[in-house]
Amino acid sequence: MDTVHACFEEKIGEVLLPGDVFSFRLPESGDGSIKTGPGLRRNGEEVQVYKSGILRHKQPNMYWIDSQQRRVRVLDSHHVIGIVTAKSGDIFKVDVGGSEQASLSYLAFEGATKRNRPNVQVGDLVYGQFTIANKDMEPKLVCIDSCGRANGMGVFGADGLLFKLSLGLMRRLLAPQSEIAKDLEKIFPFELVVGMNGRVWSCENMTSQQRQTLFKRVAEGSL
Amino acid sequence: MSNQEKKTKKLSTKYYYFMQRGLDAELKKQLDEEEKRIISDEHWFLDLPELKAKENYIIEERSCVPCEDLVYGRMSFRGFNPEVEKLMLLMNTHKEEEEDEEEDDVSRMETDITDEEMARRYESLVESMRNKFAKKRNRSTVTKSEEDVNCNVVGDQPKKVFLKPQD
Repeated sequence: MDTVHACFEEKIGEVLLPGDVFSFRLPESGDGSIKTGPGLRRNGEEVQVYKSGILRHKQPNMYWIDSQQRRVRVLDSHHVIGIVTAKSGDIFKVDVGGSEQASLSYLAFEGATKRNRPNVQVGDLVYGQFTIANKDMEPKLVCIDSCGRANGMGVFGADGLLFKLSLGLMRRLLAPQSEIAKDLEKIFPFELVVGMNGRVWSCENMTSQQRQTLFKRVAEGSL
Repeated sequence: MSNQEKKTKKLSTKYYYFMQRGLDAELKKQLDEEEKRIISDEHWFLDLPELKAKENYIIEERSCVPCEDLVYGRMSFRGFNPEVEKLMLLMNTHKEEEEDEEEDDVSRMETDITDEEMARRYESLVESMRNKFAKKRNRSTVTKSEEDVNCNVVGDQPKKVFLKPQD
């Protein structure tokens, strides 16, 4: 296993291009495994890079490529912000920024029953989680977890602004010790919802004077 | 005669065994074995040497969430939305607990209630349940006995029972 890790270690922090290969002979009886994250793919006994970016490592055995992109990746159990576009029968069609619209059943909300329908209108914002998300099937969203609790998911945001970010910035916002979030916190109280599809919704309560002073500060570059 | 009976029984059980209620255990075994043999003969299988499945040492993970330990998506700062702040604490500590279970129990002790509180709660719970199920006449005696610190059970007054008229 150590030879395998050594093979990766010399490239940590370096820029790799698609087509770069890590080839090593897998040990016959290994006690340990390697986890490859996004950007790395297993090809027989080799690990190939398929995205350009920097190789990162997390203890004890996780390697992935840190790359920039704007296109949304629809993946299982990701929390995303969706916009309800249509209501057809028992399901809502939700736009999550992917190639297809996701379907969200009206029973997938906390406390929803056939008689007690959730109050969701076309144009609402929903924060939900994918249950089915692969390239072969229509993506499916739910707003409850496996125990049936909402955990913050569901319709939100009657007021506030929604805008799109690149996925890299979104990941920086959601990083555990995010500097951006800390800096923003110092400025004013606000609420932020970040979806893994690159969408961010924010809401704040500032008076117009506060806003003007803030804009002045930004214009001066003193933030 | 008995032989013939047995034979007929055998014959009939062979074709109508599903209609018989009580089959001999041996007979049943025999029939089962025959069935299995017939079925396994009809099964087709590849005449290849056994291939051992290679153990996968490389596990592919498609999402970046576990790689970078991304936190929960809903955030609230400076008390803008107190519910979301509570959620943040809940979801992020839940994630931490999942990760390092070997971590000190210090953080967990804060969220748990102390033993004393637990004992107090149970005490009051037991009392209220007892009260609930005590019959109306006994309810006053139950509450009286609880007031005594040492819980000395004072003799109850004789229970009032229906007295039959003596006539």
